[in-house]
This record gives sequence, C-alpha cells and structure tokens, in this order.
Amino acid sequence: MTAPEMMAVSEDRPNRLLLLWLLLPLTLLGIAIAWIASADPLRSFDNSAPPVEAFTYERTILDGDGIRVLVRAGGSEPMKVAQVQVDDAYWMFTQDPPGPIARGSTVWLRIPYPWVLGEAHAINIVTDTGATFLHEIPVAVPTPVPTQSLLWQQALIGLIVGVLPVAIGLLCYPALRGVGVAGMNFILALTVGLLAFLLVDMSLEALEMSAASAVLFQGPLLVLLAGAASFMLLMAIGRWRGAPAGLALSFYIALGIGLHNFGEGLAIGAAFAAGSAGLGTFLVLGFAVHNVTEGIGIAAPILKARPPLWSFVALTLLAGAPAVVGLWIGSLAYAPQWSALFLGIGAGAIAQVIVEVTTYMTRTGKGRNTLLSVPVITGFLVGVAFMYVTAAAIKF
Amino acid sequence: MRQNEPTDTVTRRSLLIGGLVAAGGTAVLASSAAGQQMLEHGMGAMPAPDPVNPYAAPSAHEGAHGQMMTVGRVDPETNGFDPTPMLTEWDLGTVTTMEDGRALRTFEVEASDKEIEIAPGVMFPAWTFNGRVPGPALRAKEGERLRIVFRNYGSHPHSMHFHGIHSWRMDGVPGAGLINPGEEFVYEFDAKPFGCHLYHCHALPLKRHMHKGMYGAFVIDPDPELHPEFEAVAKSRLLGTPENASWQELIMVMNAFDTNFDGANEFYAVNTIAHAYALQPIRIEKSRPVRIYLINVTEFDPINSFHLHANFFNYFDTGTTLTPTLRTVDLIMQCQAQRGILEFSYADHEAGQYMFHAHQAEFTELGWMGMFDVVED
Repeated sequence: MTAPEMMAVSEDRPNRLLLLWLLLPLTLLGIAIAWIASADPLRSFDNSAPPVEAFTYERTILDGDGIRVLVRAGGSEPMKVAQVQVDDAYWMFTQDPPGPIARGSTVWLRIPYPWVLGEAHAINIVTDTGATFLHEIPVAVPTPVPTQSLLWQQALIGLIVGVLPVAIGLLCYPALRGVGVAGMNFILALTVGLLAFLLVDMSLEALEMSAASAVLFQGPLLVLLAGAASFMLLMAIGRWRGAPAGLALSFYIALGIGLHNFGEGLAIGAAFAAGSAGLGTFLVLGFAVHNVTEGIGIAAPILKARPPLWSFVALTLLAGAPAVVGLWIGSLAYAPQWSALFLGIGAGAIAQVIVEVTTYMTRTGKGRNTLLSVPVITGFLVGVAFMYVTAAAIKF
Repeated sequence: MRQNEPTDTVTRRSLLIGGLVAAGGTAVLASSAAGQQMLEHGMGAMPAPDPVNPYAAPSAHEGAHGQMMTVGRVDPETNGFDPTPMLTEWDLGTVTTMEDGRALRTFEVEASDKEIEIAPGVMFPAWTFNGRVPGPALRAKEGERLRIVFRNYGSHPHSMHFHGIHSWRMDGVPGAGLINPGEEFVYEFDAKPFGCHLYHCHALPLKRHMHKGMYGAFVIDPDPELHPEFEAVAKSRLLGTPENASWQELIMVMNAFDTNFDGANEFYAVNTIAHAYALQPIRIEKSRPVRIYLINVTEFDPINSFHLHANFFNYFDTGTTLTPTLRTVDLIMQCQAQRGILEFSYADHEAGQYMFHAHQAEFTELGWMGMFDVVED
C-alpha cells in the first residue's frame, strides 16, 4: 500500500485503521522483549563483572532506640544488605521489610546504636558482594517527632520567615501608591530583580538537592522538567484571557513566591532535622529581612488599582503560609527528590512571573525602551543586590 | 572466577532488559509507595521487633559483645571449611622413609579460585590453597625431608613461598617455583629451623595475592634428641608425644579482607570468619595448658595484635626458641608474616567466658574478637 492510498483509506475510516497500524509496532516491541528476555542474545557481552550496585540514603532518624535509615536500592539486580557498620564497628540491625531489595524500592534499617549528641557518626552498609555504601551524620541530634508543641514552634518560625515579611512589604502599599511612572517602573524592576535572584538561587539549590537523590530519579532532569512544566502550565493558565495585569498578576507573583517560600521552609526544616543548622534568632531574622522585598514585589502590580481588603490577606497567605507547610514536611518527611521536585516547580513559577512582570512593564510603559530606562535598570540591580546582601545572613 | 556465573548472568540480563521496559511504571509505583511509608514512619508507626535500649549496658545473656556484632551465621557447609575444627586441624602429609633412613614427609597442595563467605552474607572472591582460607596448616618435625607437591588450578600464576631455610631454587619467587595455571612444582627442603612459620603465595603483585587468601601455617616441631638441655619442653612441642597430648593446641591465623578493593580492610578475623569465635566460643578444659600458634598475615595494616583477657601468657617469638622470648605479658604485636607461640593456663581460674581480641579496637569491632569457654574437666 502506498502512502497516498493509506491517507485515502484513513480518511474514510480513520479510527480503526489507525489503531490497527499502532498494533504493528506494539506487537513487534512485545516480540522483541520476549526474544531478548528468553534467548539472551546479549550473553556474549557478559564479562563476569559483578552487578551494578547503588544505595541512596534518603532519611536518617535518631532517637532513643538508636539510628534508623531509609535506603533506596538502585542496583541492576535486587540488592542484599549483609552487614552494617557504624563508626567502623559491626552492629546488629534489623531490616524492614527483610529480604533482597529490588531496584527502586526502599527499606528501613534499624540499628540500636548509642549515638552521641552533637558528635559525628558514619553508617556503612556492606552488601553481599562486599561493596560498601557510606553515609555520614555530621552532627547527631534527635530527629524531631511531630508533637503539637513542635508543630506550633515550627509554624511560628514559618510565620516569621514567610508571612511576616510579606505582610510588612504589603504594608508599604499605601505609601507606594503615590509614586509616579518612574517610581512605578523602579518598583516593578525591583520586583523582577528579586525574582531573578530567587530563580537562580532556587535552580541551583534544586540541582544541588537533586544530586543527593537516587540516580533513578535523574535529579537534574527532574528539576528541569518540573521547572519547564510549571512555567508552561502557569503561562498557559495566565494567558487564558490575555496577559495578566493588576490583581491577577499580583496573585501570580504571590504564587511563585509562595512556592519559593515552601522550598525555603523545606530547607530550614531539613536542616533542623539533620542538626546541621542551629535555628538561631539571627538566622530567622535574616530570613525575615531577606523576604521583605517579596511583599513590595507583590504589591507592585496593584499600585494603580483598588483591590478589596481581603485580597491583601489572601496574597499574604498565598505567598507566606507555604513556608509553614514546608517546614513541617522538611523536618518530618524529608527526601531529596521531593525537595528537588518542589524547588523545580517553584523555579518554573518564578520564571513565569518574571516574564509577566516584564511584559507588564513594557505594556504599560513605552514598549521595549522602558526596559533600558534608568529607573528600571536601577530597580533591577537594587533588587538583586538587596537579595544578595541579605542572603549573606542565611547561607551556611 | 565465580562458579555460578552462567545462570547468574542470564537472570541479570533479563532483569536489566525487563527493568528498562518497565522503568517508567515501576519508578512511579516505587515513589508513591515510599511516600506513604515516609508519612507512616514520620508518625512513628514503624513496627518495632524486640526493641533494645542502645544506651543500657548489655545483660549477661546478650554476651560480652552486646549489640556490637555481625548479624547471622556463616554456613560452614557452603564454605567447605569450619573455623572451629580448623583450630586443631593439622595437615601432616604422608611419611615415608628414605634410603638413608631419614623421614620424607610429602604434602599435596592445590591452588584454586573460590568464592567464600567471610562474614554472614558477605561473599569474597578468594584465591585459596586446598579450597580454604587460611590454607592447610602444615606440620612437620625438625630434620625431616619435606616435599610439597604444588599444583596450580587457579586463574593466575601462584607459588608457595615458605618461611624457612632452603635453596633459592625452592623459594617460590618468580623464576623459582612460581608456576602458571595448570602447572605443577615440587618444593623440596629440610624442615628447619623448628618454630612457628608460615607459607604464602609470592606471585606479584604480592599485596593482591596475600589479601585474596593465599597463606597458611607451617609449623616445625623441635626434635627432643637435638635439644637435650630442654628435652621436656621439646617433647611437649612435638606432636604425638604423651607430653604434647596434655596441651590444647590451637592454630590462629590473623587475617583480614578488603571486600570493596579500596586498599583497606572491611573485615578482620582469626581464621577468616569475622566474629566466628565470639558466636561459637572455643572450648578450653581448665586444667590443661593452652598453646596457640599465632600468625599474622593481615594486609594493608602495618601491625596486628593479640590480647588475652584476665590472664597472662609466655611468648616465643617465631617459636624458634624453647625458652620464652617474652614472659608474663597479656598483649603482643606482630607485623605481617611475624608469628609466635603463646602458652598459658586457666588452671587457677574460675570457669567461664574469657575474651581475646586484637587490641586495635577498630580490628576488634570489625570482626577480630573471640571467646574462650573455660570449662571444668
């Protein structure tokens, strides 16, 4: 059958024939799999090398019963934990669930080891082939357990680093309403600057986080795909009825910042759980100051509108409250691949609002020339610089 | 090298390909399952089988090691050797009389590749003498003519290099008894000097051939007739005499294994199996004196040591003297290939469990620790 004929037929009865044609490659794929699996034509490539083995430590829990770790296997064959060393000593352990660990699945190892508060420990899994997989606990502190008081404490920290600065920034609204065109452009550019800083910061953090996740999650790709997907999805939703402006644009900015604050909450929560950061007053204040510009950024698109009062509350919560949720999840159910995924999504959302705020500027101003005006360039640089300088207080 | 390779690889390949096809689906399943688990565990709902308090001192029934122990047992059936009988298992060869009336003792040793279980669940691709690590403990009498028929069934060139007195041609170094796979060589020399010695493969690189398991004890008993001034002592050392029969003699080869081939050992032991004598203490009859032929073959670490709890011993460095070279000590050090004889007694002790181990705590905690179960007799 020639191609034109096929087209003619498919126009007559398109559905069935198309399905039929789809069956052919699928059948071939099935046959190929069956043949390769049964006849093993690749046998000659076998070089007697031992199987590829990989373990990723995803969670570490320290409590009065000792040490528990969640490990994910990533071997070419199911892997077996033969022995476990803690600090160069073989220690009794139990595995849950027991038995060989299939690629991609996880087990808990429970080791009744008397860890020492504030000191470093190293866990080393020895598999049946004698391969070893090391995990270091830089500072041993008890893993937080979700008691009501702990959840409240963390919520308070979340409110201080997330909600409070956004609210403070939004309180500048009345004062900023009086600015002229140049001032308006300065503030919008400041917003873009802060967003650009967050985009870079978040992407780097996402990539760093993804490096700690199991290889089978393909961390960097996960981050890029999540970022691209969230960017395109938000762009599509935002442009449903024309480019967003005014209150709608503020909500998109709040959403992007909310996702960022969620990621920040995850990081603080995880650091808290891992004992690698004492949550000092200095650190919490640093976050609060660092995030003040976020409120100003959210307020920028509505300076010339008169939004209802409730929208300010909604904007504050959307941008700030995710920090609380992030803290809870980060300290209680931390896993590197989830953090990387969320940070990737957040980066995509930030990219979307950068595009929209920039578009908004060119639309309301004198086209593209606006972007090269003194207030815009100054605003952008001030935004980035402010974020960079205040970040010095929160990076360890 | 690995004996079950063919079947192994079939499953590996098919799994790999099956895995590739199903990758998308399983990844999603795996992560959703993990997500649920994490929440569950985060809420502290993990089932706890026999929780032990890691901060409490272990009780007597938990043993002197507490929780610091490998998990599981090594099956001696699959290995083909058992560390407990190995303590007292001597290879005496076969003895014939030569024309001049001297005794000729002939040993047969084969090199082969073998996957052995060096700790519960941990397999090691060893190179062995007579299918065991350490190799057979050869024992002869001073002055005998020794003939060691060595056949190499391994995958690499190997040799037997004896620590003893012999011609350069019998030294087991390249060009003098280092043979290719499939070849045979006969080492021949007189049994001298008496003492506690060892043999090992001297193929290059030496490190690899040592840590893969190619070593064993080589003990030459003194001939009492040649040492009239210490006849009684010599008789107690000579296997087969009534004086010797009252002693409880043990062979201990201190060795270690680098299972991930990073140039450092993951497991330490006496006679290969980590913690073997901690899990199955060595039975000692209280009234009979104990003599240990101790040999260090540990690779990568400069020294190893032996510490006896609650007791002291006399030490004969290299075993080449009939009077102790060190008296009343409870710890000795040996560098690689250093060896000696330890003599001690529990006659005046209370029956019970007495510990011994390397006094490098790291070695102890990585498997080199054991117990004597001293019993009334």
